[in-house]
Amino acid sequence: MSHAASVHSLWTLAADAPKKIPGPHIEYAQLAPVLIVLGAALLGVLVEAFLPRRARYHAQVLLTVVGLAAAFASVVALAVGGYAHDKAHVAAMGAVAVDGPALFLQGTVLLVGLVAVFTFAERRLDPAVQGRPVDSFAAQAGAVPGGDAEQRAVMAGFVTTEVFPVLLFAIGGMLVFPAANDLLTLFVALEVFSLPLYVLCALARRQRLLSQEAAVKYFLLGAFSSAFLLFGVALLYGYAGTVTYAGIADVVSGNVQTPGPALADTMGNDALLLVGGAMVLMGLLFKVGAVPFHMWTPDVYQGAPTPVTGFMAAATKVAAFGALLRLLYVVLPGMRWDWRPVMWGVAIVTMLVGAIVAVTQTDVKRLLAYSSIAHAGFILAGVIAVSPAGVSSVLFYLAAYSFVTLGAFAVVTLVRDAGGEATHLSKWAGLGRRSPLVAAVFAVFLLAFAGIPLTSGFAGKFAVFKAAAQGGAAPLVIIGVLSSAIAAFFYIRVIVLMFFSEPKADGPTVAVPSPVTSVAIALGVIVTVVLGVAPQYFLDLAGQAAVFAR
Amino acid sequence: MENLIGLLVLAPLLGAAVLLCGGRRLDRAGHWVGTLLAAVSFVIGVVLFAYLLGRSGDDRELGVTVFSWVPVGGFRADVGFQLDQLSMTFVLLITGVGSLIHLYSVGYMAHDERRRRFFGYLNLFLAAMLLLVLADNYLLLYVGWEGVGLASFLLIGFWQHKPSAATAAKKAFLVNRVGDMGLSIAIMLMFTTFGTFAFGPVLGGADGAGEGRLTAIGLMLLLAACGKSAQVPLQSWLGDAMEGPTPVSALIHAATMVTAGVYLIVRSGAIFEGAPDAQTAVVTVGAVTLLFGAIVGCAKDDIKKALAGSTMSQIGYMILAAGLGPVGYVFAIMHLVTHGFFKAGLFLGAGSVMHAMDDEVDMRHYGGLRTYMPITFVTFGLGYLAIIGFPGLSGFFSKDKIIEAAFAKGGTEGWILGGAALLGAAITAYYMTRVMLMTFFGEKRWQPAPSPAEPGAEPAAAHGAGELPHPHEAPRTMTVPMIVLAVGSVFAGGLFTVNNAFVKWLEPVTGHEEGHSPVSALTVTAATMAVLVVGVALAWAQYGRRPVPVTAPRGSLLTRAARRDLLQDDFNHVVLVRGGEHLTRSLVYVDHTVVDGVVNGTAASVGGLSGRMRKLQNGYARSYAVSMFGGAAVLIAATLLMRAV
Repeated sequence: MSHAASVHSLWTLAADAPKKIPGPHIEYAQLAPVLIVLGAALLGVLVEAFLPRRARYHAQVLLTVVGLAAAFASVVALAVGGYAHDKAHVAAMGAVAVDGPALFLQGTVLLVGLVAVFTFAERRLDPAVQGRPVDSFAAQAGAVPGGDAEQRAVMAGFVTTEVFPVLLFAIGGMLVFPAANDLLTLFVALEVFSLPLYVLCALARRQRLLSQEAAVKYFLLGAFSSAFLLFGVALLYGYAGTVTYAGIADVVSGNVQTPGPALADTMGNDALLLVGGAMVLMGLLFKVGAVPFHMWTPDVYQGAPTPVTGFMAAATKVAAFGALLRLLYVVLPGMRWDWRPVMWGVAIVTMLVGAIVAVTQTDVKRLLAYSSIAHAGFILAGVIAVSPAGVSSVLFYLAAYSFVTLGAFAVVTLVRDAGGEATHLSKWAGLGRRSPLVAAVFAVFLLAFAGIPLTSGFAGKFAVFKAAAQGGAAPLVIIGVLSSAIAAFFYIRVIVLMFFSEPKADGPTVAVPSPVTSVAIALGVIVTVVLGVAPQYFLDLAGQAAVFAR
Repeated sequence: MENLIGLLVLAPLLGAAVLLCGGRRLDRAGHWVGTLLAAVSFVIGVVLFAYLLGRSGDDRELGVTVFSWVPVGGFRADVGFQLDQLSMTFVLLITGVGSLIHLYSVGYMAHDERRRRFFGYLNLFLAAMLLLVLADNYLLLYVGWEGVGLASFLLIGFWQHKPSAATAAKKAFLVNRVGDMGLSIAIMLMFTTFGTFAFGPVLGGADGAGEGRLTAIGLMLLLAACGKSAQVPLQSWLGDAMEGPTPVSALIHAATMVTAGVYLIVRSGAIFEGAPDAQTAVVTVGAVTLLFGAIVGCAKDDIKKALAGSTMSQIGYMILAAGLGPVGYVFAIMHLVTHGFFKAGLFLGAGSVMHAMDDEVDMRHYGGLRTYMPITFVTFGLGYLAIIGFPGLSGFFSKDKIIEAAFAKGGTEGWILGGAALLGAAITAYYMTRVMLMTFFGEKRWQPAPSPAEPGAEPAAAHGAGELPHPHEAPRTMTVPMIVLAVGSVFAGGLFTVNNAFVKWLEPVTGHEEGHSPVSALTVTAATMAVLVVGVALAWAQYGRRPVPVTAPRGSLLTRAARRDLLQDDFNHVVLVRGGEHLTRSLVYVDHTVVDGVVNGTAASVGGLSGRMRKLQNGYARSYAVSMFGGAAVLIAATLLMRAV
């Protein structure tokens, strides 16, 4: 020991005792959900590298499910331990918040991820190739279903189990995203969950070109929006001299009067604040799919493998709205008079465009994509309320909406013809006659999307509009209700198509799924109905979780 | 004790549930199950009655809240019961007469395949009617009100294979809707005025409400009463309702349900006392109906329709009394009870006659039946004497009091009302004597049973078509109820009047004032007796002294109008049906052109907009990026602009 000390003193050239560099103080226990998920992802990579191919599928599914369940358990433990209320604080040296909204959204993302894993693991919908079951993903970039390349790949034993660790990485990023408490963490989390999603989008086994095109578009536009976001971060740093939310908020509200020497010229310059704030907002609005940053949504939703679409549509929205809420409620409340009118406009355009363009869609996945745009508009109406009721209503809406979405996309995977999923709406005609149960389940999800009472969609929409109206946004509510009416048209049109049209002679058949997909769909229906019939407990839960730590 | 009140309703409700859901397994014993549960309800009623008698007069009100039904913010509706002297009276009448008629139906419906269902409906009716009179708030009363309407509909149309029965049921239902609408509006007005539906606060707070409000509520309640109790102008359904099985006519369309309007008005006395205009409307309706029903009753050859006209008329008396205020309430209820006895008895007698005559209802085909059916003759005769007000029998006491009270109204009004009531008594004597003579006296005018309408259909009776009927006395299950009801018809009135018992019993609830008649009570009684004799004599001169023609003569203009129920259906058809059709047609036109035009236009423009907007989604990543860039520029510009403004 003394020897080491002498070496040290030689190196530092200092006469007195060496100055200690303080290590960052990390509350590992409180970050457990993120750490568990990322740890499981790393283990998954190892599994992929070292386990024989035949054993990988089961190992990966088990590992993913266990990892997500453990992470969810730790979220629950943290919430029960009081971190959602009195012990809420900002952990990891100001980088990550552990508070009500963060835990609620992390819990939602984890549950959504868990259900999504079930749909990822489905291997019975397509006929087996060379006696081996295939799933929704391509084993090789150039492989066409049933083609030579696929035959060879299958014979060589190629598998697609890498989707599970990739999924876990995405979920890890999504857990950090709504909890990020400084702009750099926000950006890192954004990239951590975006990159795996780009990859997943490109993996569809059927309609390879569409899938690859979707991935490239998503990647290009995502990179474009990331650039805006990053530039906005830089401008905000220039404005405040810090990237932590609390620090920026202090400057915005005028609590800090002494600028650092390096930033004396720029600090407190409102132009930087406004332009930077708008750019960061834009980056987040891209992720939630708000107009006019929505154009990637239909193409990507259509091209991506349907299980991925379901996961992406549900979980990305949860994470991105969480980050948006935190940004607007923690960083920018001091300038709400600047951003509220702008967000009003965005919300109105989003609701109307989503609902109107959906009317003429003929592909069920594109239809659901536009529906998700309209729903982003409804949620924005709750975000704009700037009140605890607004936060809680958005939290509830996100939880309700994500399960409906997952369930709906899971049903889409079941309706198939010779070319794989039959997504063209004309092929769904008369589905209710041939497969009443599947059609009825899809009808439940559509009614929930439309916001019909006794479904979670109604409870969520009611909560959001109520908060918006109390927050003084009555015109927004009126436009929201009008858009809902337009939206109801195309949802119900699908129901009419399914139940009141003659089935086509060469129409699609409904594949019999394995229990994993059935469980996913059943969970979707159960959550939809329970949140619709008895929403009060969950509304209360969201209400208790609606306070941000600063 | 309070908990027994719930059981009162629950017993028949259970019966209805068991009988209607139980399926064919219960076909053999179902009728006894229904009768037993009705009897259970009656026994509970008697126990409660004994309990109430054991308490002092002002302390005879029991209340119980079973559960909170609709608690929404300031809106509060409970399922709660209130048992006081008024509802107790009804409970005994409903369960007592109800049990007897269940028993009677065991015999009457013995050969009907759907007998189990019939008893299920009867039990359902009992439950609903008990709910109606036991509810402690208007909203729950409304539930019972609709429940009896439903049961009435189901039972009128019980022989739904007959188009006439199905039509009659529909007619009763539709006409009742008009009245029910009145009740629902009255309840809404009560809620906006008093903020509650409970009897206590509503009736207690009536003094504080404005007279205009009370008049509106009162008129709406009167509309409701007119519908349910077949009063002018909503009386048209009762005659057709006789298409139902006779026990139904006796229980629902004579003794109990049709008197619900009287209950409603007496129960809501505080409201009417604060609204003299509404009270005037009530007495007018009562006086008009008592004459209307009596005149219709004179012209009908169908025995049940003649009795239906009489029911209308007698309820007119009750409504008239109820409209007179505290002077009349007690007598309205007293007449209601005595009427329940004798009218139910008369209907059961009519049913017994029909039973004996192969379901013949035309009195011109009866005659001379007294020797063939002695028990029916005696019980029917006692009911007849009671209804015309023969001294010492039930009807004498109750009707006489109403006529007195009508005169006591005072002024011109008193003379008009009293005169109408007196005239009604004369006509009652006339048409009831006519029924009596045509059915039981004179020569036999029996006709061969009509041949079956369709080949292969069940013959109406055991013997073949084309034979004369063989009248015989009804089985024991039918005669016993008739005898019991006849005893009630004879003694009830006297029992109520001795020592002023009924007035003392009801006074704590309804209040009572002695009327001050411009003519002495003795004069009124004497006048009543005089008109009675005139009515009976006229009828005898026409139907007793001369043989009754088998086919009805053409008759005078009034007779022909009265046969057509004084043209009520023609009026309804011309004014309401035609008018309604025109209204519907014009609404359909507006719907097709204006409403559909707006809707389709909106849909088309949204669709067009959608078609144009989706072109922006051209699939090129570069266009998407431009849109994002433009969006970002607008976002930034707008944010800056907001600060500048």
